[in-house]
Amino acid sequence: MAHADTTHAPPAHPPAHEEETTTGINHRKLLMWVFLGSDCLFFGSLIATYMVYRGQSIVGPYPRDIIDVPITTVSTFVLLMSSFTMVMGVAAARSGNQKRLIQWLVLTIILGGTFIGFQVYEFNLFRVEGLRYETNLFSSTFFTLTGFHGAHVTLGLFWLACLAIMAARNPAGRPSDLDVDIAGLYWHFVDIVWIVIFTLLYLIGGFDGPPEAGHAAVQGWNWVTGLIS
Amino acid sequence: MVTITGVIPRPSTYTGLWSWLTTVDHKRIGALYGISAFFFFIVGGIEAGIMRLQLITSDNSLVSADWFNAMFTMHGTTMIFMVIMPFGATFFNFLIPLMIGARDVAFPRLNAFSYWTFLFGALLMHAGFLIGQVPDAGWFSYANLTAAPFSVGKGLDFWALSLQVLGVASLAAGFNFVVTIINMRAPGMSLMRMPVFVWMTLVTSILLVLAFPIITVALIELTADRQFGANFFNTAAGGDPILWQHLFWLFGHPEVYILILPAMGVVSEIIPTFSRKPLFGYPVIVFSGIVIAIMSWAVWSHHMFTVGLGPIANSVFTITTMLIAVPTGVKIFNWIGTMWKGSIDLRTPMLMAIGFVSLFIVGGLSGVSHAVSPSDFQQQDTYYIVAHIHYVLFGGAIFGIFAGIYYWYPKITGKMYNELLGKIHFWLMFIGMNLTFFPMHYAGLNGMPRRIYTYAEGFGWEGMNLLATIGYFVIVISLLIFIHNFFRSIKKGEEAGHDPWDAPTLEWSISSPPPVYNFAEVPVVRGQDAYWITKREAAARGETVPAEPHVDPTTIHLPSPSYWPLITSFGVVWIAGGLLIDVGWDYIRFPISFVGGIITILGVIGWSLEPPAEEHHEAAGGHH
Repeated sequence: MAHADTTHAPPAHPPAHEEETTTGINHRKLLMWVFLGSDCLFFGSLIATYMVYRGQSIVGPYPRDIIDVPITTVSTFVLLMSSFTMVMGVAAARSGNQKRLIQWLVLTIILGGTFIGFQVYEFNLFRVEGLRYETNLFSSTFFTLTGFHGAHVTLGLFWLACLAIMAARNPAGRPSDLDVDIAGLYWHFVDIVWIVIFTLLYLIGGFDGPPEAGHAAVQGWNWVTGLIS
Repeated sequence: MVTITGVIPRPSTYTGLWSWLTTVDHKRIGALYGISAFFFFIVGGIEAGIMRLQLITSDNSLVSADWFNAMFTMHGTTMIFMVIMPFGATFFNFLIPLMIGARDVAFPRLNAFSYWTFLFGALLMHAGFLIGQVPDAGWFSYANLTAAPFSVGKGLDFWALSLQVLGVASLAAGFNFVVTIINMRAPGMSLMRMPVFVWMTLVTSILLVLAFPIITVALIELTADRQFGANFFNTAAGGDPILWQHLFWLFGHPEVYILILPAMGVVSEIIPTFSRKPLFGYPVIVFSGIVIAIMSWAVWSHHMFTVGLGPIANSVFTITTMLIAVPTGVKIFNWIGTMWKGSIDLRTPMLMAIGFVSLFIVGGLSGVSHAVSPSDFQQQDTYYIVAHIHYVLFGGAIFGIFAGIYYWYPKITGKMYNELLGKIHFWLMFIGMNLTFFPMHYAGLNGMPRRIYTYAEGFGWEGMNLLATIGYFVIVISLLIFIHNFFRSIKKGEEAGHDPWDAPTLEWSISSPPPVYNFAEVPVVRGQDAYWITKREAAARGETVPAEPHVDPTTIHLPSPSYWPLITSFGVVWIAGGLLIDVGWDYIRFPISFVGGIITILGVIGWSLEPPAEEHHEAAGGHH
């Protein structure tokens, strides 16, 4: 070791499932974090598109005609509760309690599935009320953003179902607590994105009508440019 | 429980077609990337040649206006997404695990998936040629020229969907290299001991994973408009075409640095080696790279000065664009400082690297000239812009790539290229490049717009265009010499040895070409330029350092090959390709595309249920 710089260390013998890493963070977990960073920009761009076109639709139905904040508040609560059950699932996996893990995973799937049920109901209702994908700017941006979020949730449901089946079929050690942990990261991220979507598309944007000169956004912009010029 | 269909027997992994189709070896994947990128380099070069021949004189009628549109669109798209980016991936793949002392990348199968998805996406893009549906709206395809009423046919659908597939490939590769570099460094290789090429790969990969989702969304919106009747860029419904420009350039400017930072990394390896001096100001070069990456997010609207965003926006982006020239200039001074009082050895890689630095300065200066927004009003959409982009991407990125190809040729092939032919290649390409693109500055300032398929006589543009076309053929000759040199040296070149350049980085401490397992024993790093330190200390004792001796590869645990990346990539491209099917009944494209989705899902399931290599290996009775 003392005589040269790149003297060779004895080959490491990491345990079979936990490779040794420079940072100590598992490869797959780090991959999930990097993916979530990337996904932030994905949803960020979709949300930006929605915000740019907010209140710009020149034909109805407008958000104020069809957005139902109370019913989506219920579905939002359901989705947030699924984050709680997911945390309990991760804790169960860490303590190696396979039976509890399966119970919490199934509960999370039921809650997430309920959220998707609400979304299907909402999309269908909007269609019946005359808001189709090609109707106006609101419909195109709304369905694209919430649709991709719903696709993320659906993917998460399949993932959690796979973990639950794995846990049921292999009581000894599969899925590992790391497997559950990574799925949990993804699940919480999708929930956080929904909080942003619910705030912007429902609580703030849910009362938008046709474009108008006195629009708050227009007024705000005029105020800023007035300050500068 | 699970059928072990994904694992093919170990002895068959080193030879034959299937070994290449199922390989997860980063060196083989790097080679595949390199071959594919060079193939598309020729394709994009032919497209450039058609344009140059059309413009050789005024009122020429070699090709139609429509065909010319297709040529400049495909030339730009090909060179950026199918040549420079995969050439970057070639070096990332081949070198990163070797430079950080790792056995492979963090996710070898994901790496194979990246390559196959890239290849299929690139082929899908070019499949449009077979049915006469070629993208023709320019490489940045501005809305609302791309709307269904204005771009009839499937050309733009080929463009949008293929680019989406290429984006999936780039994202997967970006994730992989971020994790690999952060997590798989050899003991002792702290971040500030990493070779600059590794640093620039890390920065590029982070830019990739953050920038590509934006173009993904822009392409989703374009596809939704064209395929499903959405309104994102539909002005009749109140949509704003400028949104496309913002999304495209918010992706597009980080993309510019995705193209150039790998070349800067390559040059930062070559200049110290051939100056016999450590890199001057290593931390400053690293931080400049990071600052460039951060600032690349704040300059996108300099592509949009003439859009009419107003004086405030134009002033802000003028200032940020001028500021980003500072870290770039710092790097150039560092490279010059490295050469200063060095013992300079003008081998071909060094010539190419110096060519990179000098031509990139020219491109950088013209860049600063249109960072000034009033000046840019004169230059927008003229050949001056074409000259600028080719000085930074041909003079910059391509010279950097060739510098890297010559520098690592002995490592990759085990043979030495012909130095004389290499030098002839460099000088012809350097002269040809300047002959082609320097006159374009004058043509542009004399008012010649870009993207015109012909021009009337009397504007005084003929001379400039003739020079440019002659220059094109000088470049072609130089590349023929390169191709000859490349293949002849593989067959007849002399053995290069493991360390022909007395280089500072770890990949030179193992034999050439590297054994399949890379390092038999994980190296320990105690400083920057790790292999130099080893060799200097040995020399002080009067010893030389031989290449690491070979060991029996079956004693070393390696990731097993897999069919699943190939199958999953095939599914992904089928999803995109299915939407392009047009056989009378329009809606048939949705079920066909859906089949691709099922293949993808089956591929992912097979992938995740594939037993880990450890189990297979232990079952075979081996141990490491």
